[in-house]
Amino acid sequence: MTMTADPSALNGDLKRQASALFRTKRTWSFALPLIVLAYLTYAFFAFDVPGLIRTASPENGQTLLRDSYSYKTHVTRDNRSAEVSIAVEGERKGAYPEGASPDWVTLGEVTEIRLAGGGLVTFGPEEVSYDIPGYGLVTARPGDGGANATFPPGDLPEWINASKNRVAITTDEGRLTITRNRTELFRYTTGWELFFFTLDSPYHGKGPGELLSLALNGEAAGIWHDFWYNPMWMHASVAWALFETVLMAFLGTFGAAIVALPLAFLAAKNFAPLMLVRQAFRRLFDLFRGVDALIWTIVLARAFGPGPLTGALAILVTDTGSFGKMFSEALENVDGKQIEGLSSVGAKPVQRYRFGVIPQVTPVLLSQVLYFFESNTRSATVIGAITGGGIGLLLTQAMITQKDWEEVTYYIVLVVLMVFAMDWFSGWVRRRLIAGDGEGH
Amino acid sequence: MSDATGIRLIHDDYIALTRRKRLYSGILLAIFVALMTSGFMLADSRNAGGFWSGLHRVLDFPKTVVAEAVDKAAELPGHVVTYFPALVETLNIAAVSTLTGALGGMVLSMLATRGMARWPALIPVFRRIMDVMRAVPEIVIALVLIFVLGGGPVPAMIAIAFHTTGALGKLFSEVNENASLKPVEGLASVGANWTQQMVLGVVPQVAPNYLSYALLRFEINIRASAILGFVGAGGIGYELKNAMSWGQGKYDESAAIFLMLFTTIVVVDQTSSWFRDRLTHGRRVEMLA
Repeated sequence: MTMTADPSALNGDLKRQASALFRTKRTWSFALPLIVLAYLTYAFFAFDVPGLIRTASPENGQTLLRDSYSYKTHVTRDNRSAEVSIAVEGERKGAYPEGASPDWVTLGEVTEIRLAGGGLVTFGPEEVSYDIPGYGLVTARPGDGGANATFPPGDLPEWINASKNRVAITTDEGRLTITRNRTELFRYTTGWELFFFTLDSPYHGKGPGELLSLALNGEAAGIWHDFWYNPMWMHASVAWALFETVLMAFLGTFGAAIVALPLAFLAAKNFAPLMLVRQAFRRLFDLFRGVDALIWTIVLARAFGPGPLTGALAILVTDTGSFGKMFSEALENVDGKQIEGLSSVGAKPVQRYRFGVIPQVTPVLLSQVLYFFESNTRSATVIGAITGGGIGLLLTQAMITQKDWEEVTYYIVLVVLMVFAMDWFSGWVRRRLIAGDGEGH
Repeated sequence: MSDATGIRLIHDDYIALTRRKRLYSGILLAIFVALMTSGFMLADSRNAGGFWSGLHRVLDFPKTVVAEAVDKAAELPGHVVTYFPALVETLNIAAVSTLTGALGGMVLSMLATRGMARWPALIPVFRRIMDVMRAVPEIVIALVLIFVLGGGPVPAMIAIAFHTTGALGKLFSEVNENASLKPVEGLASVGANWTQQMVLGVVPQVAPNYLSYALLRFEINIRASAILGFVGAGGIGYELKNAMSWGQGKYDESAAIFLMLFTTIVVVDQTSSWFRDRLTHGRRVEMLA
C-alpha cells in the first residue's frame, strides 16, 4: 500500500541505495589494490628482501648455469713426480687410462693442451706456459720459492689472480692454476660428459651409425649394458627412482580411493541416516586432511623407516581425507530415481549400490582421482626428498654435494618430463573412460 | 512367432554384450588389483622397515609426542608464543605467493583465452608456458634458489608463486571461457585499450570465481610452504625439522608445532570453504530491496 502512496519518495530511496552501493563498490575497487600493495610492502620487509639481495651469491648461480650445459676436464701435472693425469670432472670414474688423452692434448716430454679460441697451454719439465690470445704469454717455473710466474708487461687483468705461491688464470675456455706442487688446467667443453658411455667402455666415442652396426652384429646387449649401467650417470638407478616416485603416487592415490569409497557412503547424508555416524566420519576425514602430508610423512617414517612405502602411505592417508570429503559430496548429489527403480524390481542393498549408485558417480570420482594422481606425482617428489625415496632423494643429494649441477639439470628435466607424461596419461584415461564410455564402467 | 524370435535375438545380443562388458571390466579390475598388490609388495621390499613389522609401531611416535606434551603441558603456551613468528612467516609465504601467482595467472590466462588475447597468434605459446609452470615441482625451484639466494622464506615464496601462476592460470582461463565478451567489445568500440578492456570488461565478471580458486590455492599453498620449510626454506616447517632433530625428551616443542600447524590448516580450510561457498552461490540476501 505504501508503495503506491508516493512513487517519487520510493524513487529517491532507490536512488540513494543505488548510489550508496556504487560508493562502496568504488571505495573497494580503490582500497583493494592499496591493501594488496601495503601487504606486499610489509612482506618485502618481513622477508628481509634487502638483506637477501646483499647475501645472495650470484657466483653460485653462474657456476650452476655454466655447469648445467658444460663440463670441465681436469689436466693435472704433479710437479714432483712429473706425472700428468687427465680426468673428466676430476673424478676417478672419468679418468683417462694411462697414456690415453683426448685429441686436444698431446702427451710427451712437453704436454701441449689446445684450448678453444686458440689458447695454448704447455706443461714442460721445468716450465709452464699459457699463450693467451689477445693478451700474451704467461710463463711460470714452479719450484722452490713458489709459482715464479712472469707476465706480459702492464697491469694484471682482473681475471688473473697471482700471489707468490699461487697463480690462477680464469678465461672463458679454461682455468689454469699453478702452485709449487701442482699445475692444473680445467678445460670447459659444452655438453654433458660421458652421458652415454664412460671412458672404460669400448663403445666410447663411437658415432650412432657405428653403434647401430655393432648392435646389429650382436653387440646390442653389451652396448645397452654399458649405457644403462654407466657409472657416472647411473641411468638404471635414475630410471628406478623415477619409477619409484610414480609408484608412490599410484599406490597412494588409488589406495586412498579404495579406502575412501566405502567410508564416503557412511559420511553422505542420503546413505547414512544416522547423524552421529555421519558426523564421526566427516570429522575423521577432516582430521586426515588437516594433519598435513608433512606430518603424516614424519609420523609414518618413524614406524616404517625411509623408503617408497612410507611415501605411498603418507599420500594414502592424506588423500583418504580429501577423497572421503569429495566422494561423499558426490554421493549426496546422486539421482535417487535410479535407486528407487532398482528397489522397485526387488534389488538388494548391495545391488542397489552397485547398479544404482556406482555407475552414476564413477565418472565424477574417477576424474577426481586422476587429477589427484597427476598432482601427487609432484607431491611424491617432495615427499621422496623427506622420506628418502625416488627422484626427490636423488635431486636433494645431488644438490647438497653442490658439485654435479649437470646431474641436477638432468634430474630436473626428467622430473618435468615425468610430470608432463603423467599429465598426458591422466588426461588420456579421463577422455577414454568418461567421454568415450557414457555408462562409465 | 517372428516377433518372439526377434525379441529373443535382441535378448541374446544384450546378454552377450553385457557378458563381454563384464569380462572387460573383470579383466581391467584384475589387472588393477594385480598392479596394486605387486606395487605394494615392491614398495614394501624397497622400504627400510617392512609394513607388517612397522604397523604396530605407527602409534608409538604420536604416543610419545602426546605423552611428552601432556607432561609439559604448562610449557606449551610458551612454545606457541616462541614459534608464532615462524607460523606467521609460513602464512606470509603462502599469502604472498598466492597473491603474486594469482596476478600472474590472471594476466597469463587472459593472454591465453580466445577472444581476449592481446596477441591471438601467441595463445598456444602462453598455454604451453602455463603447462610448464604447472609441471615444475615447487621443490626443484626452491632447492635451486636456496643454493643461489641462501635459505629463508624468499626461495619458497618464489617457488610456490611460480607453480601457482601456472595452476591458477589454467583454472582462470577456464573461467574466462565462460565470460561474456560483449562488455569487451563495447569497451573496444569506445576506444579502450587492452588493459582497460580486461580490467573493466572481464574482471568484474570473473572476480568471484577467481577469488574462489585463489582461496582454494591459498589452502594448498600453506601446506606447500610448510613442506618446503622442512627442506630448508624457512617458516614453521624449518622449526619443525629442528625441533624433531632434538629427539626424545624434547618432543614437547614438536608437539606445539604440530598443534599450531594442524589448527592453522583446519581454520583456514573452514574459513575459506565458507567464503568460497558464499562466492559461488551468491549472498543469500538480495542486494537491492
